[in-house]
Amino acid sequence: MTASTETLHLQHADHQAHSGAHGWRRWLYATNHKDIGTLYLWFSFTMFLLGGTMALGIRAELFQPGLQFWHPEFFNQLTTLHGIIMVFGAIMPAFTGLANWMLPLMLGAPDMAFARMNNWSFWLLPPAAALLVISLFVPGGAPAGGWTLYPPLSIQAGMGMDLAIFAIHLLGLSSIMGSINIVTTVLNMRAPGMTLLKMPMFAWTSLVTAYLLIAVAPVLAGAVTMLLTDRHFGTHFFKAAGGGDPVLFQHIFWFFGHPEVYIMALPAFGIVSQILPTFARKPLFGYVSMVYAVCSIAILSFMVWAHHMFAVGLPATAQLFFMFMTMLIAVPTGVKVFNWIATMWQGEMTFETPMLFAIGFVCLFTVGGFSGLVLSIAPIDIQMTDTYYVVAHFHYVLVAGALFSLFGATYYWLPKWTGHMYNEKLGKLHFWWSMIWFNVTFFPMHFLGLAGMPRRIPDYPLQFTDFNSVASVGAFCFGLGQLLFLYNVINTIRGGAGRAPARPWEGAHTLEWEVASPAPHHTWETPPDEALVKKGLRAQLLDQDHE
Amino acid sequence: MNVENGVHDAHYFVPAPSRWPIVGSLALFLMALGAAFWMNKVPGGNWALLAGVIVLAWMLFGWFGDVIRESQAHSYGLQVDHSFRWGMSWFIFSEVMFFAAFFGALFYTRVISVPELGFFSGTHELLWPGFSADWPAATAPKLDAPYRAMEAVGIPATNTAILLSSGITLTWAHWGMVENRRTQLKLGLAFTVLLGAIFLCLQAYEYHHAWETMGLTLASGAYGATFYMLTGFHGMHVLVGTIMLATMLVRVLRGHFNAEHHFGFEAAAWYWHFVDVVWLLLFVFVYWL
Repeated sequence: MTASTETLHLQHADHQAHSGAHGWRRWLYATNHKDIGTLYLWFSFTMFLLGGTMALGIRAELFQPGLQFWHPEFFNQLTTLHGIIMVFGAIMPAFTGLANWMLPLMLGAPDMAFARMNNWSFWLLPPAAALLVISLFVPGGAPAGGWTLYPPLSIQAGMGMDLAIFAIHLLGLSSIMGSINIVTTVLNMRAPGMTLLKMPMFAWTSLVTAYLLIAVAPVLAGAVTMLLTDRHFGTHFFKAAGGGDPVLFQHIFWFFGHPEVYIMALPAFGIVSQILPTFARKPLFGYVSMVYAVCSIAILSFMVWAHHMFAVGLPATAQLFFMFMTMLIAVPTGVKVFNWIATMWQGEMTFETPMLFAIGFVCLFTVGGFSGLVLSIAPIDIQMTDTYYVVAHFHYVLVAGALFSLFGATYYWLPKWTGHMYNEKLGKLHFWWSMIWFNVTFFPMHFLGLAGMPRRIPDYPLQFTDFNSVASVGAFCFGLGQLLFLYNVINTIRGGAGRAPARPWEGAHTLEWEVASPAPHHTWETPPDEALVKKGLRAQLLDQDHE
Repeated sequence: MNVENGVHDAHYFVPAPSRWPIVGSLALFLMALGAAFWMNKVPGGNWALLAGVIVLAWMLFGWFGDVIRESQAHSYGLQVDHSFRWGMSWFIFSEVMFFAAFFGALFYTRVISVPELGFFSGTHELLWPGFSADWPAATAPKLDAPYRAMEAVGIPATNTAILLSSGITLTWAHWGMVENRRTQLKLGLAFTVLLGAIFLCLQAYEYHHAWETMGLTLASGAYGATFYMLTGFHGMHVLVGTIMLATMLVRVLRGHFNAEHHFGFEAAAWYWHFVDVVWLLLFVFVYWL
């Protein structure tokens, strides 16, 4: 423990007196970034289990051909809610939770820039989730037209769609406020001496992600508002009968939807860029090129949206434009993958659980990236649209990508959060279990898609049976394995494998490791002094000026 | 850090636990649930919606009240001031993107979907008799409900002049603030609020006239939809901006703000100019061209 940490402890003791509310008020009235981060993380894990249960409902039905368990209408509700809940309820809040917990610690700030608004960002999520769950029980059931809510289906649907629309409004509001908080914190609350090009990569990716969200969450709000008025107030935005066009919805939705893909991927890139250098005991390779790559991906992500719409009959020039822009994203993404591998090259690597998940991420995200490259080719995509090939593709980037990075981040920072080490054996078991069953679940879906199996249909012809059965077995095993993760986390909170030192990973040099474990309720109430910041930057080879 | 204020704030101000966010969440939950029920004619929906609005108003009073008290107590140092500036800028950027969605819908409809409908022969048989791919379309889906499109001259042009002048009076008020001429500040702010209110009254009259006399409703095809949604959301923003400026007027009358510290006023002014710019785009693309 460093001298500065001792000082911090003393300051902390002084402040214990006014450290705020206790009991339920601590969580409902929270203004502490750590408490709010914890709320985000538990909420997202709960939603992960809920959305995961729906996924298992889907896989149970698809285990063999014919209709087994669900009415087709309910099957469609499952696929729709699974998508909405996993995207907006599980993955996005988890990243915001991590940003909440870690950004002030990593940047040397006393809290998020707007602590009260931070609380509101979180507490809009449970009402939104409640609206989605309530929609299952109203006449007509939950929305069933897919998470993309395309009209005309979404205009014809029952009142469950209205609940989903308002849920999306609340989720959007939460995202915008959370993002304004993150951007302001990163831009205005950094420790002295930490210029933009010396921040931890996780801060960079959080900044860019938040920027993307502020830009596109309002666009989604506009899209679903137009749906709402088309449904109830007689407007004709998406109805050809009044001069409108259903394809217009797809344009607006995907103008949100494609950056959204990177909103779920960029923070994962940031996490992996923290974990790999730590366990390779080498500074991140090509830091500045990493920053430029993240920014390029963000800018390009606004110019590729119609690659989700190759099958709706766009003009050939538009198809070519969106096809080539999409392929262009492979360049900065390739830079990142190259840099991660170069970071590990000749490193003194050890393979603790966070490192395993990070390496798993690099391997499997790349597979998902390549299948994305395949789909970017318009003539191929016209064949593959709405097949299981697409399902395989985005689960490789979202499960093995986003989710694996979240697991890695949890194991990496759990000692800082709880003050205890997790059970390494269980962690490794969780990794290998997830790695194997993930691939058993989703790899066969490539073949199913290539053979022509459409998504969002509860039944299929006999020739698809084998791969579907394999995928269903894989899904149930994968799902079961996540309880192992839950057990490990709870066990760690209760003591785990013993007390964690302030810096449990010898190769970690960012500021969060300068405070005690568990991190005191208030940290960096006065900014860390420049010498301390410089010491960490030197270890990351970020001390030279980047001209 | 912030020495000129007489306050040495080595500490960034982190507010104590507050009940307002959770109250706001409750309000929005009630409003969302209530609106969904009301739109589907479920009994009680309208009451839940109303309750939500009341709770939201209570929350806004309480929360902004806390912020104003903290500001008056000099809790906010220079770094907090910077945070507010960043926060407001990014909030306005998000509003720009919200309007961008509706402008995008307008351009797409005018440039792509309506001409495409006219491109295929016989389309009008599928849509409605007498359909022609014009903008604004001469008739609504039901032939018995013909409508007239909006003109740029008249109320819209007057409203443009009103909003532009309100930008001038607001800037004049700001000069008064910076140069510590409080009377100029009060007068300028009062004029701005008044101009905002006149704009809203004129727009309400225009809506009434369009709906009742010209037959132009939300259901008048894509033209009616884009017209009402764009100008309607803009009008709501003018209302919010006017309330913000009126709040600032009350604060000025109570002696808040000085030449150096008046970000609350500035934020409201930024918002007002943003609303102004949106109107100029509306005037050009919705009313004029």
